Amino acid sequence: MAILTEDECKAILKKALSYSKADECEISLNGSDSANIRYARNSVSTSGALSSSSMAISSAFGKKLGIVTLNEYTDEAIAAAVKRSEELAKLAPENPEYMPFLGPQTYAPSAKMFVPATAAITPAQRTDMVAQSLNVAKENKLTAAGFLQNSTGFSAMMNSHGLFAYNTSTDINFSVTLRTADSQGSGYSTKNYNDVAKLDTLAFTKIAAQKASGSASARAIEPGKYTVILEPAAGIVLLEQLYGSLDARSADEGRSFLSKPGGKTKLGEKLVDERINIYTDPWHPDLPSSSWSGDGQPQVKRSWIEKGVVKNFNYSRYWAQKKGVAPIPYPGNIIMDGGNQTLEDLIKGTEKGILVTRLWYIRPVDPQTLLFTGLTRDGTFYIENGQIKFPIKNLRFNESPVIMLNNLDALGKPERTVSGESSQSALIPPMRIKEFTFTSLSDAV
Amino acid sequence: MKRKDFLYLTGMGISATMLSRMTAMGHPVMPGTVLRDVDVALKKRMADVALNAARSKGATYTDARIGRYLNQFVVTRDKNIENIVDTESYGMGIRVIANGCWGFAATDKLDNDSIARAAETAVAIAKENARIQSEPVRLAPQKGYGEVSWKTPIEKNAFEVPMKDKTDLLLSVNDAAFKNGASYAQSVLFFVNEQKYFASTDGSYIDQDIHRIWPYFGITKVDEKSGKFETRSSLSAPRGMGYEYLIPRESDKIKSQTTLYRDRYDMLEDAGAAALQAAQKLKAKSVEPGKYDLVLDPSHLWLTIHESVGHPSELDRVLGYEANFAGTSFLTLDKWESKKFKFGSEHVNIVADKLQPGSLGAVGYDDEGVGTKQWDIIKDGILVNYQAIRDQAHIIGLTESQGCCYSQSWQDVQFQRMPNISLQPGKTPLNVEQMISKVEKGIYIIGDSSFSIDQQRYNFQFSGQLYYEIKNGKIVGMLNDVAYQANTQEFWNSCAAVCDKNDYRLGGSFFDGKGQPMQSSAVSHGSSTALFKGVNVINTARKI
Repeated sequence: MAILTEDECKAILKKALSYSKADECEISLNGSDSANIRYARNSVSTSGALSSSSMAISSAFGKKLGIVTLNEYTDEAIAAAVKRSEELAKLAPENPEYMPFLGPQTYAPSAKMFVPATAAITPAQRTDMVAQSLNVAKENKLTAAGFLQNSTGFSAMMNSHGLFAYNTSTDINFSVTLRTADSQGSGYSTKNYNDVAKLDTLAFTKIAAQKASGSASARAIEPGKYTVILEPAAGIVLLEQLYGSLDARSADEGRSFLSKPGGKTKLGEKLVDERINIYTDPWHPDLPSSSWSGDGQPQVKRSWIEKGVVKNFNYSRYWAQKKGVAPIPYPGNIIMDGGNQTLEDLIKGTEKGILVTRLWYIRPVDPQTLLFTGLTRDGTFYIENGQIKFPIKNLRFNESPVIMLNNLDALGKPERTVSGESSQSALIPPMRIKEFTFTSLSDAV
Repeated sequence: MKRKDFLYLTGMGISATMLSRMTAMGHPVMPGTVLRDVDVALKKRMADVALNAARSKGATYTDARIGRYLNQFVVTRDKNIENIVDTESYGMGIRVIANGCWGFAATDKLDNDSIARAAETAVAIAKENARIQSEPVRLAPQKGYGEVSWKTPIEKNAFEVPMKDKTDLLLSVNDAAFKNGASYAQSVLFFVNEQKYFASTDGSYIDQDIHRIWPYFGITKVDEKSGKFETRSSLSAPRGMGYEYLIPRESDKIKSQTTLYRDRYDMLEDAGAAALQAAQKLKAKSVEPGKYDLVLDPSHLWLTIHESVGHPSELDRVLGYEANFAGTSFLTLDKWESKKFKFGSEHVNIVADKLQPGSLGAVGYDDEGVGTKQWDIIKDGILVNYQAIRDQAHIIGLTESQGCCYSQSWQDVQFQRMPNISLQPGKTPLNVEQMISKVEKGIYIIGDSSFSIDQQRYNFQFSGQLYYEIKNGKIVGMLNDVAYQANTQEFWNSCAAVCDKNDYRLGGSFFDGKGQPMQSSAVSHGSSTALFKGVNVINTARKI
């Protein structure tokens, strides 16, 4: 489906709402075009293109809700779907936690999430970008496996109380792993942007190539507590477990690492090192995000952790009402402050430590302490006297991001990175952490 | 969708906006509409449009998959019904070979023009990508089956069961937990029906109707005074069954430290037990780290089999196709070619299977039109085979595919996915009590929890739901803060015994993730309780 303009969405949604006879009705309209190339063994493997769209109609009578969606937008089809959602609502059980739809909202103008050049990428352009990456592998006698995907989408919503929201966005995502011919070395690089002009597949593949060649013939070291430098692509997978878990309800209910004895929570308390600032800013030029959340609430600049203190929890609209506070939607983006040091500066300032390119297979172990396990991967190096000395075998860790951020040693300059676990992007600095807990060695390369 | 994402989703409530953005999950529809069938003759006509359009643009092979994927979630939280959602996803995926290279495109518009355009796009992508291909695709031969069909042998279609029966069951489950002291209860029913039509230029027109079910709960006990909390999750398994899985049957119960279930699940009984056990976990002894003999129940062992046997024997990983995401494998071709790579002890016999009734992997034909079967992966501890699809079969000297091709929906390209991978029961009579009686210092683990393994499947760490300490052949109490870490080959070589077939049960995953973009697949893993000697156990308790 073509990407619909704001006026086109408004016209369709107004028409759809005109059929509503429910107490209240909310309709969303989304669509996207995406395409990808996957490659491995220095050759293209699979690839594809997909175009899809969907309209979701929510009708409510009292606290009873019915939802129907469709992807055909004739007047007859929309009218029938509105009617079906109303029939469904009348049959639904009452939900005591149901919240009425929002009234009209004012959103600040969105940052530039849509880049025309990204929306206009052709199959030949994608193939050329992958060909550049493959050339690096072949020139260095390495084996490449990678993934390149671009997508363009629009989102709109309107309800019977007068709310209307609209935005468009583009996205390009790239990741590559290079391995030595004898499978003894492996290196990784990943990037995600709104603007294809920023994505240099050649340069990022060269980084992965250096890590692959440099990580061959790794030595084993004893598991234990080490100073580590987590590159942003490694740090994000642990940090997202922290900033994705700032939920008020579970904390209030006593079943969160943010709960305290006696039914209290850690809101307003110092949780981590005072140099830690984590916040949301939909207008950040390096990571623009929508100025409205999925349920129509305005997204604003908001601090989550400030000088190590928990400043805000996410409150669903229901839980906020129950607690007599303002609702706080889940963030559209995450930015963590850092310093001015480059990754190289952090390495130079390290007497003994481990440089980590990527962390993998992150799973919760104990929700009480936010303890997670996982492993290093695709480029792990031992640092001594400010220099990378030799590659080391991969290690399993058992660590909590809360403990990790209390053991903070230094922060570098933040950069946009993407999580290999959740595919979400964030602006994260490289971090030097003391006493990071490794519990066993892995033979994996 | 990953399992953790599903749990997150069901935990936070599903909004219409959220669902409409989750194209892989389909669109919410009105209950009842999901029961319509799409006429097979119509599907054949639509598929032929795709096959002919691709051929006319130069494709040398084409397959078209018309899919109607129905999901139903029923989610409750404490005393409330949080969500009832029916989703439907309907469309066509077209895969072609042109200039020796794969191309794929999908469309949710199924008029002739849209289908032909998608077929043309798939051919155009294939031709463009052929520029960067190192060797042309080689497909193992596959005879056409003509017009055939297959259905999951269910007794009761879950989509036809009245919604009130489902919500009543879940609210009773939560109630059973509260009666036994639970602080919070969440319960979920998840039903899947894949109506899949496959057509290829080999001459197959295959219509399949596949059903899956997963009942799940999480029961939490909070000790407000200490600020501690513990959760006990359900001991159910996702199954390739209808609603009959939820109708309890005494003959399917196994009495142990808690009741365990074969082919029928008593959700009410398990929830009552879970509430008591969550409270016991709060007071359980923290484990002393060290070496222990582990007695692993099938409700736990399925996940260890999945991660440490199922994934490393996937041929696409072995060959490097997953190197950028899911990883490669330590089970390299030279180990298989040697015919003497000792993966495990003589007790370890692992079978790959796409036929087992009631399993998640059972289908008549895979998603590239290959009839399904069963074969050995590990025989008497030795690696003997892998899991392969049509374009990989020649690499391991096979003349036909093993039927392991799957796509999570019409809109994703099909690729190699894991069949059911199961540990065969011991041949000599042995029950769990007899097994435990021979253990001096050990831990009996029931249920699955945390799981993590490296990208070549050497080093893993697992946790469970319930841990019981074994001393001198007897269970002496409950433990907590347990996780075991091991090297895959050392672990399976430490397997000292497997209980007999009377203890055999299926576990499984509804959301096994692999590929880029990531796709989910459902797969079962059977075993009887098994004993592993001298495994490293760590204590996971920390302070923040």
